[in-house]
Amino acid sequence: MGNLYKLTIFRYDPDSNKTSTSKYEVEVTESHWTLLDVFRYIKNNLDDTLTFRYSCGQGICGSCAVTVNGRSILACETQMKFLDSFDLVIEPLRGFPVIRDLVVDHSLLDEKVRAVMPWLVCKKDPESDKERYQSIDDRAKLDGLYECIVCGSCIAACPTFWKNKTFLGPQSLLYACRFMLDSRDEGKNERFETLADKDGIYGCHTIFNCMEVCPKELNPGKAILELRKMFMNEES
Amino acid sequence: MEDPKILTENVVDVPLRNVHKHDVIIIGAGLAGLWAAIKCKSAGLDTACMTKLSMPQRSHSTAAQGGIAASLGSLEEDHWEWHMFDTVKGSDFLADQDAAEILVKDAITVVREYEHMGAPFSRTPDGLIAQRKFGGHVKDFGRGGPVLRACYAADRTGHVLLHTLWQKAMELGVRFYTEMFAVSLITDGPKCAGVVTWDTKNGGLHAFKAKGTLIATGGYGRAWKITATSYSYTADGQYMALRAGVPLEDMEFFQFHPTGLFDRGILMTEGCRGEGGFLINDLGERFMKDYAPAKMELAPRDIVSRAITSEIEAGRGIKGGPYIHLDIRHLGAEIINTRLPQIREISIKFAGVDPIQEPIPIVPTAHYSMGGIPTDVDGRVLFDGKSQIFSGLYAAGECACVSVHGANRLGCNSTLDASVFGRRCGIAIVKDFPNLEHLPLEEDSAKMASEEIGFILNQKGSIKPEEIRNELQTGMQNYVAVFREEKGLSKMVSVIGDMHNKMSQMYISDKTLAYNTTLMEAMELRHLIAAAEAVTYGALSRTESRGAQARRDFPKRDDENWLKHTLYFRDKSGFRFDYKDVNLSRFVPEERKY
Ligand SMILES: Cc1cc2nc3c(=O)[nH]c(=O)nc-3n(C[C@H](O)[C@H](O)[C@H](O)COP(=O)(O)OP(=O)(O)OC[C@H]3O[C@@H](n4cnc5c(N)ncnc54)[C@H](O)[C@@H]3O)c2cc1C
Ligand code: SF4
Ligand code: FES
Repeated sequence: MGNLYKLTIFRYDPDSNKTSTSKYEVEVTESHWTLLDVFRYIKNNLDDTLTFRYSCGQGICGSCAVTVNGRSILACETQMKFLDSFDLVIEPLRGFPVIRDLVVDHSLLDEKVRAVMPWLVCKKDPESDKERYQSIDDRAKLDGLYECIVCGSCIAACPTFWKNKTFLGPQSLLYACRFMLDSRDEGKNERFETLADKDGIYGCHTIFNCMEVCPKELNPGKAILELRKMFMNEES
Repeated sequence: MEDPKILTENVVDVPLRNVHKHDVIIIGAGLAGLWAAIKCKSAGLDTACMTKLSMPQRSHSTAAQGGIAASLGSLEEDHWEWHMFDTVKGSDFLADQDAAEILVKDAITVVREYEHMGAPFSRTPDGLIAQRKFGGHVKDFGRGGPVLRACYAADRTGHVLLHTLWQKAMELGVRFYTEMFAVSLITDGPKCAGVVTWDTKNGGLHAFKAKGTLIATGGYGRAWKITATSYSYTADGQYMALRAGVPLEDMEFFQFHPTGLFDRGILMTEGCRGEGGFLINDLGERFMKDYAPAKMELAPRDIVSRAITSEIEAGRGIKGGPYIHLDIRHLGAEIINTRLPQIREISIKFAGVDPIQEPIPIVPTAHYSMGGIPTDVDGRVLFDGKSQIFSGLYAAGECACVSVHGANRLGCNSTLDASVFGRRCGIAIVKDFPNLEHLPLEEDSAKMASEEIGFILNQKGSIKPEEIRNELQTGMQNYVAVFREEKGLSKMVSVIGDMHNKMSQMYISDKTLAYNTTLMEAMELRHLIAAAEAVTYGALSRTESRGAQARRDFPKRDDENWLKHTLYFRDKSGFRFDYKDVNLSRFVPEERKY
C-alpha cells in the first residue's frame, strides 16, 4: 500500500491560448519516488499532453523548478515523502512567462544574467604556460556563489521582482558577486556601473525569500549585501 | 498524413521563412560544443550554437563531478608520457596512440586556458590548481602508485567548466539557439550543407545553412535502465550521422561506472575512492583485494564494475541484495564537506543516506560511450570511418570517437576529451574555412526531418512509447551490460526486432508541434534504439573480451583477430561491418594487470 497524492496542475495551451487546471490522483508505492517520477508517471500512463521540463534528473542542470503549494522547488530532487501534504497544487515558476503547462521561458534568466557581465574580466592576458595564483582562502570566498545552477527559483520567490520587472533579481546579483569577490577579477568598476543602481543592489528589499527557496542552499540576499558593502568601501 | 498542413507547410516554407545562415553551426552546447564555438568566434567567424535544452549550462557536462586529467604536476612529479601510457593501457590497447598523445599533451594547455577564462578550480596550499587521485592514473608507466592528476573544483568540476565556457561564449557574443532540436543533416554525398531543426518552443522546422557543421550532442546512457546520464542522453547526433551514411566506431564499448547510487544509478564520483573511500561487500571485506590487489579501489572502471557485479552475483551483495557499499566515513566530515559536498547532498536527497554516518549503497551504472562518430584528430568526420573526409562536417565530445579511450576510458579523461577535441575542432574549422563553401539548399532539404516527425505523429497504433522504452532499457540492462554472452546478446537482437515492429504501431495522443515533449521523447527513443542496435551487434560480433566488452563465452583478449576498430554502417537495407587498424605508435600491447 502506498500513499495517495492528489495533484492539481496548472495548464496552459499555447495553441488556444487558454489556461485551465487538471486533476490527477497517483498512488506512490516506491518510497524514493520524486515529484519528477510522479510527473513522468502521469505523462506515461494517464495524460501524455502534460508538459514539464527536466533533463539531468539529479538536481544539477536547473531545468525542473516548479511551484508546489506556493513554494518553488526542483521536481527531480524532491522526494514525495518530504512534501508536507498529499494535496498538491502545482504551478509554473512565478514571474516568468509561461510557454506551456509547467514550462516557463528561461530566456528571462539569460537576459538578466548577461546584464551583469558574468565573466572574468582581466585587463591583460595571463602568462600562457601557467595558471594564476589564487590562495585557498581567496578561492574559498567563491564558495556559496559559484554553485548556482540558474534554476530561477529565487527569482520566482522574489516579491520585489514581481513588482519591478527591471530589477536584476537575486540570481544575477549572486552570479555578479561570484566575480566581484574573485581575486583574479579586474572588472569591479565596470560592473558597479550596472550594479550600483535601484534596479541592481539597491533594488533588493532584503526579504530573503531567495535564501529560503534556493535548492543549492545559496544565499543571494547575503551576496547583495556583500556587494553593497563592497561598493560603500569603494566609494569611501 | 494526420495533419498534412502543419508538416507540408513547414517543408514548403523552409526556403522562405525559416532559413538561418551562419559561417559555423554547432549542434550541442556542452564542453565540446562550447570550446569549438569559442575558438570559431574568437577567430571572427559568425558562429551559432544550438542546444535542445533551455540554456547551454543545462548540458550534461555539468554533471561531471570528479575532475579533468592533466599532468600539471601541481603537487608531485608527473609527465604527459605517464598519462599517455595510463590512457593506452586503460583502453586495453585499443586507443589510437597518435590521438592519445595529442589528448595528454593538449591537456595541460586546456586546463590552463580554463583557469585563464576564470574557472574556480580548488587550489593547493601554493595557490596552484588542486589535483587528486583517480582510477588508473599512476606513476612511472604503470609501475608506481596512484598519482595526483585529476584537476578539480570540489566535486562540481563539470559544473564549473561548463559555466566558465558559457560565460566566455556570452562575452564573445556567440549566437545561441536554445530548445532547438536538431533532426537531420543536410548533405550531398560526403558534403554537409547544414542541419534541419525542430524549434520545440514555437513549433515548426528551421534550416541552418553553414560552411562548417559540428555535431557535439553527447552520449546515450538512457538506453539502459540504471544510468548516471541525463534524460536527454539519447544518441541524437549518432543517429543523424548514421542517416548521412557515416559509420559508428567501436560502439560495443560502453562504460559502466562502478559506483552509481542504488537503485537509480546517479553517479557517486570516483573521487570518493580517489580521496580514499572503500568498497565493501556483505562480509565486510574490501573485496577488490581479490580482483586488483595492487591498485585495489583505484583500478580502472571496467575491472571494478566487473568485481562488483561478480560479488553481487555470488550473493555477497549487502544482505544478499543487488548492491554493495561505498564507505567514505573514515575520511571524516571535514574532507567530505569540502571535497565531496555534492556527493553528500545527492546521497541524502536521493537515498536518505548521509555518508558521514553511513556507507552509501551502490551498483554499477551505465555511464559513458567510448564509441561514436569516427573523426580524425581535429574532429573532421570520416565518411568511410578511415580516411575519407566528410567535407564541412565535424564531431567532438562523447558523441565522437577519435579514438582516445579505446575499449575503456579512464576517469577524468572525458571532460578532457570533450575539451581538447572540441577546441581542436574549432581551430580546424577556422583553418578549413577558406576552402569550405555554402552549399545550396534543395527544395526537399527538410524532407528527412519532416518525415522523422511525421513518422511519430502519423502512427495509428495503440502502443505507448513508455512500453517500448521499458523493453529497450530492460533488455539492454539484462543482456548488454557489464558481462555479455552470445545467448543474451541474441535475445537482445530479437528484442530489437520486436521494438522495430512496435515503433510502427506506437501512438501518441499529443499532435501539437509547440513544446510537445511526448513527440520529442518518442523521437529520442528511436535514436536510442538505433544506438542500442549498434552496441548489441558490435558486442555480438566481437568474440573477445577487451575493456568494457566482457564476454563470458570469450573471456580472453584476442589481439590476433581483434586488435582493430569496428565500423558499423547502417542503411535501409540493413547493417554491415568494416574494420580499421589501431595506431600503435609508442606502446606495444601487453597483458593488462592492476
Ligand atoms: C554523472 C556524470 C559524471 C561525470 N563525471 C566525469 C568526470 O568527473 N570527469 C570526466 O572526465 N568525465 C565525466 N563524465 C563524462 C563527461 O562529463 C561527458 O562525457 C562530457 O561532459 C560530454 O560532453 P559533451 O560536450 O560531449 O556533451 P554534453 O555536455 O552532454 O552536451 C551535449 C549538448 O548537445 C545538445 N544536444 C543533444 N542532442 C541534441 C539535438 N538533437 N539537438 C540540439 N542539441 C542537442 C544538448 O542539449 C547539450 O547541449 C561524467 C558523466 C556523467 C554522466
Ligand atoms: S541562487 Fe539558488 S535558487 Fe537562485 S538560480 Fe541559483 S541555484 Fe537557483
Ligand atoms: S532535472 Fe536537472 S535539476 Fe532537475
